[in-house]
Amino acid sequence: MYERIREKLGILADAAKYDVSCSSSGSNRKNENKGIGDAEGSGICHTYTEDGRCVSLLKILLTNHCIYDCAFCVSRRSNDIKRAAFTVEEVVELTMNFYRRNYIEGLFLSSGIFKDADYTMERLVRIVKKLRQEERFNGYIHLKTIPGASDELLHEAGMYADRMSINLEMPTETGLKLLAPEKSHAEVKKPLKYIQSNITQFESEKALIKSVPKFVPAGQSTQIVVGATPESDKEILYTANAFYQNFSLKRVYYSGYIPISNDARLPVIGSQPPLIRENRLYQADWLMRFYGFNVREILNDVHPNLEADVDPKLSWALRNLDQFPVDINTADYYMILRVPGIGVSSALKIVQARKFGRLYQSHLRKLGIAFGKARHFIRYADSPVQLKEYEAGHIKGLILSESKSKYQKNALNQLSLF
Amino acid sequence: MELYLFDGSLEGLLSAVFACYERKSQVVKLVNEASHIPDVFDPGYRVISDREKGKRVWKGLCKKLGKEWQFRFYKAFLSEQPEVYQHLLNFARYVIDQPPGASENFAHADVLAVSQAAQKVHREKHRMEAFVRFQKTGDGIYYAHIEPDFDVLPLLPEHFQNRYADQRWIIYDLKRKYGIYYDLEKTEEIELETAPQMSIVNALPADLLDEKEELYTLLWQDYFKSTNIQARKNMRLHVRHVPRRYWKYLSEKQG
Repeated sequence: MYERIREKLGILADAAKYDVSCSSSGSNRKNENKGIGDAEGSGICHTYTEDGRCVSLLKILLTNHCIYDCAFCVSRRSNDIKRAAFTVEEVVELTMNFYRRNYIEGLFLSSGIFKDADYTMERLVRIVKKLRQEERFNGYIHLKTIPGASDELLHEAGMYADRMSINLEMPTETGLKLLAPEKSHAEVKKPLKYIQSNITQFESEKALIKSVPKFVPAGQSTQIVVGATPESDKEILYTANAFYQNFSLKRVYYSGYIPISNDARLPVIGSQPPLIRENRLYQADWLMRFYGFNVREILNDVHPNLEADVDPKLSWALRNLDQFPVDINTADYYMILRVPGIGVSSALKIVQARKFGRLYQSHLRKLGIAFGKARHFIRYADSPVQLKEYEAGHIKGLILSESKSKYQKNALNQLSLF
Repeated sequence: MELYLFDGSLEGLLSAVFACYERKSQVVKLVNEASHIPDVFDPGYRVISDREKGKRVWKGLCKKLGKEWQFRFYKAFLSEQPEVYQHLLNFARYVIDQPPGASENFAHADVLAVSQAAQKVHREKHRMEAFVRFQKTGDGIYYAHIEPDFDVLPLLPEHFQNRYADQRWIIYDLKRKYGIYYDLEKTEEIELETAPQMSIVNALPADLLDEKEELYTLLWQDYFKSTNIQARKNMRLHVRHVPRRYWKYLSEKQG
């Protein structure tokens, strides 16, 4: 008797997994009604799949029936696969029972588009409304915005969801047109803008009236597929940067394309997903958001792609050796942050600790910085006297020879460009 | 150097700090008497846990430490590590002797050690918030047991109580033989007469469980498999995030 629901979950979880967003953080929904669930503060990864990705939300499609035929998507109309659809009650019951057993932080609900956009969006809204109002569920809900859905439905969805997202899919309009002629970036921008302006409006009202209800408290995000179309890293990151700025996105996700189709426009089935490239893009994204880097410093016309063998911060440092060495005992916090091998928390510890006395090598090692990498770029109380200036290639060679990169073993499947 | 023996309690540790000042001791080696092998030549000074003295020391510390550091001190204590007790004693003396703000001196060995120990305990607290898997019993109580490296149970009630306010639940530490029970009003420490064994499936006997429990365990195992992307398989990363010693809690790892 369990077979039907097990089969549905199998199909609809499988179809949803290519959306990589897993975040369950950034909301402020508290359990104030003695109901169930709490989505305040930082997220929790309840487990990790064997591919090492966080499992935080029950990530499913309402249905994988779809009227569109996007070449990169496993649920495309022309694909010969099993189709299924949950009922509203089934989604609610799965969510509640998983949540009560501490399996998940909440629900990530997406859907193929059946009939039309509003029909689909209306079903999604019905589920989240039932969870919030009937089950008194205060856990995290990430809801997909269906392109083309009416403003009224988006507004209602925003009253129940913690985060909403809509995917750009391909980094440029040209790329998208190539694989999904029925879609455009414009129809992604429109709802992003509408929800953004609503969030801003609710926030400004909140400043005046305390009882203003929540509206998408964890903000919006999007996803860019990497490696399905031939864009450069520069094009990808510049698009991401523009969306961070124009739509106040909380996150841009980069999803290395997993070949799932024999379409001649796409990488063939069985070819390796571009995992290193994806990782480097995330590192670069972090540099923009937490390390005070401008996207033009990381990638530009002279340097349009991220390197596979070194991370983007080290790469930037090697291209800008004139800005180093940085004196740990006197330099500005933001300059310390730019040193390869020093992260946000060790940079903070360094500026705290140096108020009590000059910092020596032994201190720095204990504070948890990657000293082997950082030492080429810093001066400290007992730095050795350096007689000659090393050039970038030499430093890179030294760092690579000393470090055991997690990619060394499998780096062979991604060809070096140079 | 003087040898101090204490009973392993927080009160005892704070009383030891008090004794350092009372007895004008210089360098003190602090050892938990439970793990101490008596030495004929140095019987050591036995610290008597004293509530009042403990309170006075804690008050003194609170004057110098912000909320976050007070919490760190407690978390580091819950690590139950012999060398951390020593660092906590040194740390307390250092902070009391210095003007406020000394706790930010991360270049100081004890400051760093206490902050690192607190971080480790915090990480495991967070892991328990993630890895606890409740099973619903026939009488509607959600039950889970754990065997954490550190004594993190006292750190858990707030999180679980906020989240599962409308269901009764028990989290039981099999290693330390006590648990916490939330009865819809408050969370209390409990001891079970016959605690269940940690079994491979982390399961209570089937006759105790709710009739739907088997279905949801199955569905969760199915979901775990379906949401994996085979082409991205990376077991090293998987094990780094979900260390093997926790697998016994996780029903999705048993399917």
